[in-house]
Amino acid sequence: MSQITTPNGFTLDNSGRRVVIDPVTRIEGHLRIEVNVDSGNVIRNAVSVGTMWRGLEPILKGRDPRDAWAFVQRICGVCTGVHALASVRAVEDALGIPIPASANSIRNIMHLALYAHDHLVHFYHLHALDWVDVVSALSASPKATSELAQSISSWPNSSPGYFSDVQKKVKQMVGSGQLGPFRNGYWGHPAYKLPPEANLMAVAHYIEALNFQREIVKIQAVFGGKNPHPMWLVGGVPSAINVHGAGAVGAINIERLNLVADIAERTLAFISQVYIPDLLAIASFYKDWFKLGGGLSSQNLLSYGEFPSIANDTSNHSLMLPRGAILGGDLTHLHEVDLKDPNQVHEFVDHSWYNYPDEKAGLHPWDGVTDMNFRLGPKSRGGKNGERIEEIDEGDKYSYIKAPRWKGHAMEVGPLARLVIAYAAGDKRVKEMVDGTLKKLDLPLTALFSTMGRTAARGLEGLWAAEKLKEEIAGLQANIRSGNTATANTEKWEPKTWPTEAKGAGYSEAPRGALGHWIKIKEGRIDNYQCVVPTTWNASPRDPAGNIGPYEAALLGVPMANPSKPLEILRVVHSFDPCLACATHVIGPDGGLLTEAKIL
Amino acid sequence: MSKHETFYEVIRQRGVSRREFLGFCAVMATMLGIGPKGVATVAHAMETKPRIPVLWLHGLECTCCSESFLRSGHPMASEIITSMISLDYDDTIMAAAGDQAEEIVHDIIRDYRGEYILAVEGNIPLANDGMACIVGGRPFHHQFDEAAEHAKAIIAWGTCASSGCVQAARPNPTQATPVHKLVSHVPVINVPGCPPIAEVMTGVLSYILTYDRLPELDHQLRPKMFYSQRVHDKCYRRAHFDAGQFVEAWDDDGARQGWCLYKMGCRGPTTYNACSSMGWNEGVSFPIKSGHGCIGCSEEGFWDRGPFYERLPDMHQWGIESNADKVAVVGASVLGGAVAVQAGATLVKRILTGKRLKGSADDAADETETPGNKK
Repeated sequence: MSQITTPNGFTLDNSGRRVVIDPVTRIEGHLRIEVNVDSGNVIRNAVSVGTMWRGLEPILKGRDPRDAWAFVQRICGVCTGVHALASVRAVEDALGIPIPASANSIRNIMHLALYAHDHLVHFYHLHALDWVDVVSALSASPKATSELAQSISSWPNSSPGYFSDVQKKVKQMVGSGQLGPFRNGYWGHPAYKLPPEANLMAVAHYIEALNFQREIVKIQAVFGGKNPHPMWLVGGVPSAINVHGAGAVGAINIERLNLVADIAERTLAFISQVYIPDLLAIASFYKDWFKLGGGLSSQNLLSYGEFPSIANDTSNHSLMLPRGAILGGDLTHLHEVDLKDPNQVHEFVDHSWYNYPDEKAGLHPWDGVTDMNFRLGPKSRGGKNGERIEEIDEGDKYSYIKAPRWKGHAMEVGPLARLVIAYAAGDKRVKEMVDGTLKKLDLPLTALFSTMGRTAARGLEGLWAAEKLKEEIAGLQANIRSGNTATANTEKWEPKTWPTEAKGAGYSEAPRGALGHWIKIKEGRIDNYQCVVPTTWNASPRDPAGNIGPYEAALLGVPMANPSKPLEILRVVHSFDPCLACATHVIGPDGGLLTEAKIL
Repeated sequence: MSKHETFYEVIRQRGVSRREFLGFCAVMATMLGIGPKGVATVAHAMETKPRIPVLWLHGLECTCCSESFLRSGHPMASEIITSMISLDYDDTIMAAAGDQAEEIVHDIIRDYRGEYILAVEGNIPLANDGMACIVGGRPFHHQFDEAAEHAKAIIAWGTCASSGCVQAARPNPTQATPVHKLVSHVPVINVPGCPPIAEVMTGVLSYILTYDRLPELDHQLRPKMFYSQRVHDKCYRRAHFDAGQFVEAWDDDGARQGWCLYKMGCRGPTTYNACSSMGWNEGVSFPIKSGHGCIGCSEEGFWDRGPFYERLPDMHQWGIESNADKVAVVGASVLGGAVAVQAGATLVKRILTGKRLKGSADDAADETETPGNKK
């Protein structure tokens, strides 16, 4: 190819200079990005390569379905708990186990706490350094920084002395020559636009957020015993409630609930007084990024929906974030999404390092196949005999990520998809937040479909989650007040109560987007387990028809100031919050072992 | 390369007073369990040592270890990263990417030969020429080998790096291999757990920095200070075990009173970790305290000892007064004997007192009798 147009409407041109970033850092897992830039250093072709595979599928086969949550939770320790949640829902769906109302509330509380935590950490610790120049912060006036901070927020840590101390810290680090995680950053890059004071404020909040994030997850520790990787239970939650009786100190009691409420209060304060003002301040200096890196977001969006307000009810009447799909950018029509419909979710491996009996056909997750086949295409450079791979051949197989499609369409998932779908469904609070933010920044609705739009949507959703967290804790208290304290349904705990064969689908919305788990159970054991995760959607390689996925689409048209310092690529890719361990665990049914590696 | 600043110089120049510094040392000393005399030792170490460079590499993993590390309350991760070590490479948080990131590994190995610490999260897949994990266009195995070759010491974070964890569970399709099996001449410290407790991670690092030596390790290369006692030994629900008060079903009366989770499959009796003594997330809880049994996530091969809700098997007893090394020699499969001994004791006690306790361990005691404890 030199120049082609994909069926989903993107023009690819690989004739220009090839630029490779491997490893892409500040993500979960291992990702490689290759792009071609034209003579003006604008990206004209993009290749997203998942470079790890953990092979959990043969491992799960034959295990007790009640244990599955613990295994699949280890798919990801960043969005910890989301796979466990999808897993217990899949098993409950397969076996027909409704959960008690308080268990539903506790799951919501744990999951909302994760949203607040994950979005905050993503913004400050995985994404901020794409916009914030740490070295520039050294030349800021602490007094002017203090004035800036106080003009945008009532957050108390804002005195000139406070910012002066932070600046000294950074100066010392830079001066010592031991920059630690800031070593070799792209400091001074022309794409950095923040004034020194905004940089200093952001660096101070980078440290504050690092110190504060550990508080938020204590909510998961209360109900699940630890974070990362709290404990879950098929049929409910493991933490029993006892607020009135003898021995309450051995269960969820008033002290535990007070602790959770206190953390929720402080979480909302931090997000509304630090995260959101910082986000708006940074966004206001990068308004051009509300036009760049939109990719598929203005066309196809998907959400499975999340946070059932009524236990066991997954209709949009119950879900706080609705389920649905948007196609072709038509916000007036929300398509119905059904994880069990064999004609909706399919995965393709034409460009993935796996074999299918028919490489051109997609398979529904219940019928998926996993048969690894690592090979580098004929046009790749390097990679023979353990040499470094210089260039991947995207015309052949090129990623450990499969290509999932919804009714044949590549779809973007994540906070932006969820907010736009909630907006389209007429959610009042979401509409208010989105419209208010756009008004403050003087931007049209279409500005959402961009790199900065994705980043802003994540922040707004963090705020939404912190608000809902407080409401859900109040909801749990209301359950308890009305005597509704059951936390587990044990009627079908014993395998002897199960049918010989069963299959189920478990949905969730992970912080990064739509997550589905599909399970088949046979004679009390896992016969087949398959996950299709958010980063599989977003980092998807091409499908047999040539449709490109969200990362590849979003990179097109992005100008680079200096291709050897690929800051702009990091901005686009980080706006999706990649999680590669999730995307490339690949769980399938056949339990086949690896085939030989082939290097062509 | 510029002069190496000591930890003390760094924090003094940041406006931290001598008094505050000594306060910090006292917290560290307490955390390390070395008492009042230890304050001076910590202070001396911090005053004289440059910040040690750390390369934190990621193999096949889920990043739960990094996330846990960031949860540390004392010292806080921000303090460690800015003041105690020089975390020059950690792909989870580092600013640089691609070539600029790769260059750091190369430069640290060249400039700090034999002086840097290599921290490894995840393990190394060997099947398929190592191509199940590719970093910088090469198998992770290569990056790992180069960094390991010249390290002062290697910290294997978590169960992945220590013994394999989930991707090494049967049938281990990628041939995921723990760190210590691929290193011969550089000391390896295993810090297992999925993930390890945050303050165990930062405690191990602080210990090395403070005493300029590696912690004493057991035969599984785990620091004895954190891994020599079983969760069961220090469990706050242990009294209920001894009294024969067990949770019999989820959310039953026993669960609502915080009774022992042995019958629900708890692995506390066979798991060497500090969860029940230190707690998680700055002591907020640990799995048993939140009502779920321990799944033994710091033990080698724990994924293959399920189902997690089946109570531990009762086999030959081996005596209460033992330790991790001896147990491992005997073999993991017989660990349940410890439970048998204690459950047997409960039965004897019940016979002597002639009482039946509500929700007592009748079944457990009956089923866990062995030739060794029947008489």
